[in-house]
Amino acid sequence: MNTTPLLPLRCEGLCFRAGDLTLLNDVNFTLEAGGITAVLGPNGAGKTLLLKLCHGLLLPTTGRLQWQHTPTDLRARQAMVFQKPVLLRRSVAANIEFALKVRGLASDERSRRTRDMLARTGLAALAERPARVLSGGEQQRLALARAWAGNPEILFLDEPAANLDPAAARTVEELITTIAASGSKVVIATHDLAQVRRIAQDVLFLHRGRVLGQGSVRGFFECPPNETAAAFLRGELYW
Amino acid sequence: MSEFSTALSLAFDLLRHADPVLVDIVLRSLRVSLLALAMAGVLGFALAALITVTRFPGRTALIIGINAAMALPPVVVGLAVYLLLSRAGPLGGWGLLFSPTAMVIAQVVLVTPLICGLARQTLEDAWREYAELFASLDLGTLRALSTLLVETRHSLLTTLLAGFGRAISEVGAVLIVGGNIAHVTRVMTTTIAMETSRGNLALALALGLILIFIALLVNAGVFFTRELAARQGA
Amino acid sequence: MRLRQWIVVALLFGFLHAATAEENVITLSSTTSTQASGFFDYYLPLVKKATGVEVRVIAVGSGQALKLGEQGDADVLLVHDKAGELAFVEAGYGEDRREVMYNDFIVVGPGKDPAGIKGQQDVVQALKAIAKAKAAFASRADDSGTHRTELRLWALAEVDARAASGTWYKELGTGMGETLNTTVGLEGYTLSDRATWLTFGNRGSLRVLVEGDPRLFNQYSLILVSRKKHPNVKAEAARRFVDYMTSGEGQAAIAAFKVGGESPFKPNYRGGE
Repeated sequence: MNTTPLLPLRCEGLCFRAGDLTLLNDVNFTLEAGGITAVLGPNGAGKTLLLKLCHGLLLPTTGRLQWQHTPTDLRARQAMVFQKPVLLRRSVAANIEFALKVRGLASDERSRRTRDMLARTGLAALAERPARVLSGGEQQRLALARAWAGNPEILFLDEPAANLDPAAARTVEELITTIAASGSKVVIATHDLAQVRRIAQDVLFLHRGRVLGQGSVRGFFECPPNETAAAFLRGELYW
Repeated sequence: MSEFSTALSLAFDLLRHADPVLVDIVLRSLRVSLLALAMAGVLGFALAALITVTRFPGRTALIIGINAAMALPPVVVGLAVYLLLSRAGPLGGWGLLFSPTAMVIAQVVLVTPLICGLARQTLEDAWREYAELFASLDLGTLRALSTLLVETRHSLLTTLLAGFGRAISEVGAVLIVGGNIAHVTRVMTTTIAMETSRGNLALALALGLILIFIALLVNAGVFFTRELAARQGA
Repeated sequence: MRLRQWIVVALLFGFLHAATAEENVITLSSTTSTQASGFFDYYLPLVKKATGVEVRVIAVGSGQALKLGEQGDADVLLVHDKAGELAFVEAGYGEDRREVMYNDFIVVGPGKDPAGIKGQQDVVQALKAIAKAKAAFASRADDSGTHRTELRLWALAEVDARAASGTWYKELGTGMGETLNTTVGLEGYTLSDRATWLTFGNRGSLRVLVEGDPRLFNQYSLILVSRKKHPNVKAEAARRFVDYMTSGEGQAAIAAFKVGGESPFKPNYRGGE
């Protein structure tokens, strides 16, 4: 990319309130380029919320999100895959082409990139199948393919393997690693410790809307910064 | 009861011989109702999509109003349109009264709220599913609207069929604004009403059966077109 | 895509609408009884042939027919409600009223005839008998010429029928055909014009029970809608139509119209009414 990179992203004092509830409180961290950052925490910690705030789908109540560079097509240089894949009622290939058409690519470029994506994600055989009849794992791979097709600088993933069986989950994880290796920054929300150990380099630990730990994965697992984190690593933190 | 069997054989005879008066009336019914449906569809879908995807002051009042308008009595709409188009009325100078155009206008007024109300429900359900994805893909309002409409095309087609039903079966409004003039504004429903008032019950019933038959053809046609499209992987 | 759709819509509008703006096409506001009898299906082609005028008929109740004239939505009226017609002309909405043809009213009733009026020559006596027997009677109750005649006859019979509304006297608010349908269903009595009756296809057990009383005479008149009040009326073509209907040829054509061997309308234009 010959344009100014978006990262690093600095979050300062992020707060999100809905009615009486404070769902995120005084969140501070910096997201650097490169690799996979895991946003780790139990259910209800605020992981999905944090991802949506970073991606710009929601606005924080207070606090700031400071990208290194804020172009007009900020959102277009990012992508997000949701926990339950949202696919259009059309073929697998058409789903990818749709995302590319939105970015204004010409017809032949679109087809080329779509075929490329299908091959790289192992979906080539399913290209003309209606997207909605695919299995859960295949659908999630398609969502990833669609996101990856646009060459995003940063890719947000909200518990992408949460609803999948172990084999499908593995396939998805491999794909995520490939995407990260190709140059996109990946931010993945998850509560799966083993997954974090397998694929992530950094971790941001959230609990009840607060950041209770951040740093390298190795550092976090070997030396949890506080009792809450330690309890979580032991599997004793329930919410 | 014999009226029904007489009506059935009468209906077959009329269809078989393609009675020219009947053909004229049927074609006019279809022209008026299909044109009204096309216009109501454009208006109704656009409005429904806009309401679904945007927020503006008075939005709730508009939704309540449209839902209420689905229950507008046709004869009242006919009366209102008549008063508008009458020579003594505000649009009298256009000379539209007692013409097929007036009938189309009345049916558009009747059918648009129905299409808008039903489509809005479909679109809202779909919007809940797609809103975040569309925001993430940075689609922009216009593209989001058109994609939403394309995604819900099957339900929207059913909405159109409901609108067609309302239009083709309605008699109160077209009778008042059209005047049931022979060869000019006479349609199936006004003919049925007229023959009933002449006591020609079997004929009226026969025409009614033909009207139902046409509605069946339309719905069957739509169904099989969809099957074909589905088989081609749409 | 939007602009193209609008152009198509505009073209379709224009196309659908093209025919109405011609000079030789006039709108005749008339009553359901004249239309129901089939008179216009027979007569209007003759008018077109003789004068080149195409007449479009809006058939409604007399009250509404006069109202259409007031609003300027018709060019000429053919109605049968003398009081209403005179008021219409008085108020300046109409000009050149000509009495052009007549038919008569009849009292129809069930074969069983609970009021025993069959063959009664005096319609007022017949109505008295119906009221006395509290036999079901269906009134059009729609402010039409027929309805007003019916009310006049009840007045002559010194019966306050409307006070009995909802019991034996049923006020329907519908046209002649619909009223006859209801009368058949009720197996009751009603006052009908002969033209509608002759072509009515659902008689059930109803028969003509009273006819011929001079008070059952029903006069139809033509009235041109005033050019002063409504400059847009097709005055020239309307006048050609009226002149034809009151001419020797036009009057003979009225008499020649037969339903089941009878003439529902008899010409009686006597020049300059």
